[in-house]
Parts: sequence; C-alpha cells; structure tokens
Amino acid sequence: MEILISLLVGVMTASGVYLLLRSHTFPVVLGLSMLGYAVNVFLFASGGLTPNSAPLVEHGLSRLPDPLPQALVLTAIVIGFGMIAFLIVLALRALRDLGDDGVDSGDAR
Amino acid sequence: MSHLAVLPVLIPLVAGAVLFLTGGRARGVERVIALAATAALLLVSLLLLVQAADDRVLIYYVGDWPAPYGIALVVDRLSALMLSLAAILGCASLLYAVGGDDRGGRYFYALFQMQLLGINGAFLTGDLFNLFVFFEILLIASYALQLHGGGRERVRAALHLVVLNLVGSSIFLVGIGAIYAATGTLNMADLAMRVAEASPEQAGLLRVGGLLLLVVFALKAALAPLGFWLPPAYSSASAPVAALFAIMTKVGVYAILRVHGLVFGPEAGSVASLVIPLLLPAGLATIAVATLGVLASRDLQRLLAHLVVLSAGTLICALGLGSEAAVSAVLYYALNSTLVGGGLFLLAGLIARERGAVGGRLDEARNLVRPVPLGTLFFLGAVGVAGLPPLAGFVAKLYILQSALGHPAAAWVFGVILGSGLLVVVTLSRAGSAIFWRTGDAPAEGEAAGPLASLSTALLLLGTVALMVGAGPTTAYTRATAAQLADRSGYVTAVMANLGVSPPASQREDP
Repeated sequence: MEILISLLVGVMTASGVYLLLRSHTFPVVLGLSMLGYAVNVFLFASGGLTPNSAPLVEHGLSRLPDPLPQALVLTAIVIGFGMIAFLIVLALRALRDLGDDGVDSGDAR
Repeated sequence: MSHLAVLPVLIPLVAGAVLFLTGGRARGVERVIALAATAALLLVSLLLLVQAADDRVLIYYVGDWPAPYGIALVVDRLSALMLSLAAILGCASLLYAVGGDDRGGRYFYALFQMQLLGINGAFLTGDLFNLFVFFEILLIASYALQLHGGGRERVRAALHLVVLNLVGSSIFLVGIGAIYAATGTLNMADLAMRVAEASPEQAGLLRVGGLLLLVVFALKAALAPLGFWLPPAYSSASAPVAALFAIMTKVGVYAILRVHGLVFGPEAGSVASLVIPLLLPAGLATIAVATLGVLASRDLQRLLAHLVVLSAGTLICALGLGSEAAVSAVLYYALNSTLVGGGLFLLAGLIARERGAVGGRLDEARNLVRPVPLGTLFFLGAVGVAGLPPLAGFVAKLYILQSALGHPAAAWVFGVILGSGLLVVVTLSRAGSAIFWRTGDAPAEGEAAGPLASLSTALLLLGTVALMVGAGPTTAYTRATAAQLADRSGYVTAVMANLGVSPPASQREDP
C-alpha cells in the first residue's frame, strides 16, 4: 500500500512538473492540477495509511484512521479548485489580451 | 475571553462580504463602508498594540476549542505590531483609492478587504495549516487586485504571479504534510515542544518540512533566486494596490521569523537553527540582485518594485545574523521600509498622472502640475528609503549594521548594504532629476490628483519622519518584541495554558 501510494505521488508530481515547464498556458494549467492531486494524496497519507479500518469513529474500535489529514485535504481540494478555476479564466484573458497562449508571450515586443 | 483578538479577521470579512453584494453599484456607499471598516480595523489594531505592550500574550481560541486541537489566534508584540502596520498602510491606500483610482474594477473594495483579511489572519494565527489558508486568501485577493484596471502588462505579470504562487502553495502543503507526519500536530506552540523532543529518525522528515516551508516563505518575500516575479507584478499594479502590496513581502519575512524562529529555533533539538545559516547569503544575494535591478530600471514604478525586493533582502540578511539585537533592528527597518515603500508607490501614481502620457518613464517630459510639493515628497521618500541621515531609514540601517558587528560575516554585510545604499542614492538622484528637472519649458498637460490622494501619500511618507522622532519608544518596543520572541517557552505556555481546563461542550456531553 505504501509503495503504491508513493509511486502514485511520485509519478503525478513528475508529470506535473514536466507539464508546468511547457511554454503554453494549457499544459501549465494541467501540470498545476496534476501537482495539486499529488500534493493532496501526499497530505492524505501524512497521517499514516490504515487499510481495513472504519472510516468513521465508532465506539469500541481501537483501529481508527487519523481524521485531521482528511479535513486538511478537503480544505486543500476546495482551495486548489478555486485557484485552478481562476487560473483558467486568467489564461483565457491572457489569450485574448496578448494574442497568443504563451506563458511569456509579448515579452519581446 | 476577550473577543478583541478576532476582530482584525472579522471586520474585513464582514465588510468584504457586504461589498461583494453591492458589487460596484453604489460607489459612494461602498467608499463609506470600506473607509469605516478600515478605520475600525486601525482602531482595533492600535488597541491590541497597547494591550500587547505590557508583555501579555493574548490568546483567542476560535470556537473555544482548546489548543492544540482547535485553532488559536495569538496576539503578542510582533503580531500586534504587524497588524497595526498593515492597518495604517491599508487606510492610506484606501484613502488614495477613494480619490479616484477605484474606478478600474467593480469589486475593488471587496477584494481590498479580502486582502486585509488574509494579511491580518496570517499575522494572527498560531496554526500552520491555518497560516496556509490565510496565505491563500491574501494571494487570491492579490491576483485579482493586481489586475485592477486591466491592460496587457498587468495580465502578463498576473499570469506569472498566479502560476508561481500556485506552485508555492503545493510546496507549502507538502511541507505541512511532512511536518504533520513527523509530529502529529500543526499548532505552532505544540510543534515547538514536539520538535524539540524529536528523535533522530524524525529529524530527516522535519528538516525536509522546515526547508520546504522556507522555500515558500522565501517566494513570498521575493528572495533571490525566487523573487523575479515581483518587479513586473508590482510595477504594473495600480498605485493603491502596489502600496498595499508593500507589506506582502513582509508577510513572508514575518512567517520565517514566526515559524522558523519558534519551531526550528536554537532550542529545537536535532533540527536546531535549521535556516539561520541560509538566510544571510540569501539576503545578501537578494540585495545584490535588487540593486542591479534598481540601476537598470527605466521607469519609476519598476525602480520602486526593485527597492521593495531590496528591503526584503536587507531584512532577511539581518535575520540571518541570528541575534536578538538583529531581530529588533529587522522590525524597526520593516516599519520604515513598509511605510516609505507604500508612500513612494502612491507618489509614483501621483507623478505618473501629472506627467500625462509619459507616465513613470524616466525620460524627458513635460513639467508636472505641482512640481514643488511632489518634489519635496519625493526627496523625503528617497532620503527615507535610501537610508540617508537624518530620517528613520538611516537609523534602521545603522541599527542593522551595529548588530552585525562582531559577526564572522560582518565585512560582507557592511560591504553589501553600504555599497547598495550608495548605488540606490545615485539612482534615486538620477530618477529625481529626470522627473523634476529635465522638463523643458512646455506647460504641464497632465491632471493633478485630488486632495485625498495627495494627503494619503504625504501621510505615509511622513511616517519615516514620525519613526525618526519616535525612534526611542519604537526601538524600545522592538527590543522588547525581540526579547519576547526569544522567550519561546513563554509563547508555548501561553498558548497551551487552557489544555484540559475547559473541554468544549460537545465533549462534555459525550458519555
């Protein structure tokens, strides 16, 4: 389980960083989303992975997952969603105002 | 429990929500709401400053959940000082905007309040994840404010600003995850205790977390090599927005001082003084890069943006000295550089409007409408920001250099700070003569700004005079602040005081 999750986080981070370094805004937006997913899974795993345990608190159960990372991930997902939405609108605005979708477009002019 | 401590978060939140509803339909009413809210904020901040001045640490447990389970807001001397600084800057920028610069966007006042909410929250919170949330609030408000007024330059700078800061947010979350995995807590006071007792196996994870947080805060503080986003963003922003942004780099410096000072301080066991050795070279490099930027700037706003980076570099460099006297000097320098930096951005707005089409470019142009008053203000601001005697900039620089005496790298600190100071004086004189003297005989074509805009600019720039006159009490306060920051156990005891004393109602009902 740990190996699977770490591989997942690693692959998503790597693809996120690769896409982030592209010169057009669309791959950059995708890259930031990938990076966001990787971070959320990492944050979720930071409380320790507890397979086969109850998802909610129940009396008499000793094996419980840590609820705090779940709350943190929920917050992070909401914030990340808002930020990506803003970035998409901004990228479209840049496409309209600057004439192309390059991250550095118009610098030479 | 006094509710005063939560008001700096609540006031802008409520005012901002109301202003989002009105959304630019009743500008007169919005101006009144925004001004009233910010004035109330200033009043509350000053009250907190007075309370903090007798060395009490005021703790507010949000929802009355005891620390470390709930979120605690902590008002100590440092928080109160930064809150007051933000409120003063907010009031002045808002007055300037009311003078006419608010017409570039419907939600200007709402976003302005949200920006203040994020800044105040970041200064108040005692919880690492909550710090992340408030950072995001201030960032998303700043993205939208940076675009205020529209235009190609602003859109391009905003794209870079948003992408970089989104990466920064991801890194922040990874750092928080690593620290939580190692310690199982995110309350800063609780973290300080657990990190001090951390076993060597946990030290690796803690070190990674602490250094990732440093990267994020350095990005906010625009340290080299992470600060290249700042000059385009600040120089393209409208004047009141740029003036408010003058405190944003200080939020980064504050976060380093708070988190790395408290959690990864000299008593932190296996990760003691994690970042102190990195700060001095990073600060010196930032000063060097920013000085080159100042020299190469061809318009006034760009020059001022590089000066903001320079002041952040000086702050970090002084923090790297690691002594209590240096922390005190950092706070005094931060007060002066924020007020003068904000004032100069407002002044640049006034100058650009009076020069007409040339704007802030440092080329030969027509005369200003009111060359003498603006020239006097520019002289005042330039002397204040460059650190020439007798204004507070000089006192602050002297204070920093004094605390560097005896440090092994003192020669580097003296050389870089004094050398950059000389180059800044040269550049500012060149800029001043280009704007005010190389004007030809043609009559002015620009329009003068209203009295409110001029008044707010003058008020901020006179801040450096006030800091010079009040240098005695101010440095006494910053010295006591540095002493309070060095007393980590005092902070921890204050925050954890209620542990086990009053469990919240929901827990009491539990069988």
